[in-house]
Amino acid sequence: MSALAALLRRDIRVALRVGGGALIGMLFFLTVVVLMPFALGPDLALLRRLGPAILWLGAMLASLLTLDRLFLADSEDGSLDLLVMSRTPLELTCATKAVAHWLTAGVPLIVITPALGLLLNLDLLATAAVALTLIAGTPALTFTGMIGAALAVTLHRGGLLLAVIVVPLSIPVLIFGVAASTAAITGPLSFGTPFSILCALSLASFVIGPFAAAACLRQRMD
Amino acid sequence: MFGPYATFIVGSYAVVAGVIGALIVWVAWDHRRQTATLRELEASGVTRRSARGKTAAP
Amino acid sequence: MAVIDLANPTRFLKLVERVLPWLALATAVTLAIGLQQSLAAPDDYQQGATVKIMFIHVPNAWLAMFVWGVMSLSALGTLVWRHPLADVSAQAAAPLGAAFTFLALVTGSLWGRPMWGTYWEWDARMTSVLVLFVMYLGLIALWRAVEDPARAARAAAILTLVGAINLPIIKFSVDWWNTLHQPASVLRAGGPALDNAFLIPLLTMGVAFSLLFVTLHLAAMRNEILRRRIRSLRMMQAAQGAA
Repeated sequence: MSALAALLRRDIRVALRVGGGALIGMLFFLTVVVLMPFALGPDLALLRRLGPAILWLGAMLASLLTLDRLFLADSEDGSLDLLVMSRTPLELTCATKAVAHWLTAGVPLIVITPALGLLLNLDLLATAAVALTLIAGTPALTFTGMIGAALAVTLHRGGLLLAVIVVPLSIPVLIFGVAASTAAITGPLSFGTPFSILCALSLASFVIGPFAAAACLRQRMD
Repeated sequence: MFGPYATFIVGSYAVVAGVIGALIVWVAWDHRRQTATLRELEASGVTRRSARGKTAAP
Repeated sequence: MAVIDLANPTRFLKLVERVLPWLALATAVTLAIGLQQSLAAPDDYQQGATVKIMFIHVPNAWLAMFVWGVMSLSALGTLVWRHPLADVSAQAAAPLGAAFTFLALVTGSLWGRPMWGTYWEWDARMTSVLVLFVMYLGLIALWRAVEDPARAARAAAILTLVGAINLPIIKFSVDWWNTLHQPASVLRAGGPALDNAFLIPLLTMGVAFSLLFVTLHLAAMRNEILRRRIRSLRMMQAAQGAA
């Protein structure tokens, strides 16, 4: 257990240090949202209607972009090999790394959501709904994306291949995330149904993600 | 003969025939190319371990 | 001949040589019968002659899903039993699956034009098949990204299994999303109560396309085995040249 705690502390510290790139995802999220009015026009009513979708798309792209850092740095300096060979179950190691990644790359996205909601003319309730669905949904994005990150580091290919592989798997999270936010703002559907399915998706990804990622990393060794 | 939508019906059958024809041609052509290369390699003396035992003992 | 004997590629190749002509013949005969039956099938009272597109659309859509199933079984073979033929089977099946999925999309779109008035409708079934198509392309990209087939095989196997788990979830999500945004308005034949006049040609075509897939799959596996053999010979040649 202490090994996992040490790993968690280390990953968070590395991510927050200069060159760690935890905050670059946040900056990217801001850029995507700022870009939208230039494409759609500064129509506040329209932006308000599309707000949850824009925020969700931006958060999804931002978390996708930061994903290849999940195993890459460790693979470059060799510590990934030590992690794979250590006595701690690799599935737990993967889960811990994903949690650390979510804390440093996912949480900042949620933190700036209220500010971005302001730019998109969302009221307090709507912003809160989007932030809540992001809290429930971004772990699923991280844990599903971890599979792609593990594949990418195994194959020494990153970037676009990772995006192409991960995006189809994240479609359900996007659907239910946006649906739950919209349901909270405009109705007529109840917020509970899509939100609980979103939580279920997150829980399922907690199981599938670490096992698949650990399987990938084990293949890397032989 | 297929009513007002003949273009769509004939078109869809044509697309299916075209793609499947292309698949068949690709598989057949690939097979010919691979066997030719294999024969070439074996003619130039590169053989597999299992095939080598009979002719020359190391 | 036991399954374990098939692990020997040479024996497998011999078996394929023997079986392939008969399979091709069976495919051609069934396809001819199926085409004749679909030509003879009556028009639907609602859709008119466009119902004929169903006879090629449904088998392709069925194969689109079936091929992913075949690849998942092969993936299990790769990961659990390290069966050398499983790698080959998965690699050979991926482009075929992508082709069948593409055909399901195109025929669905051509069927939809007279029915819906547009070539593309974000209909639940069409959207799921589109996502499936993107996943096939991602898988092929993964195969093509790596030189060494054995390493690519294991990575692709994991992705295939993750996809197999996720596909039902995606299907469910898309269905849910679709009912949210537009209640199903277009009536389509193809429910459980399909008249025999349509069912028999459809089943024949289904069998014909399945046979076609098996034939192409075995032939593509044979090519892949030869390709790998050439690859290892080339590497041996290079090693000897270096020595």
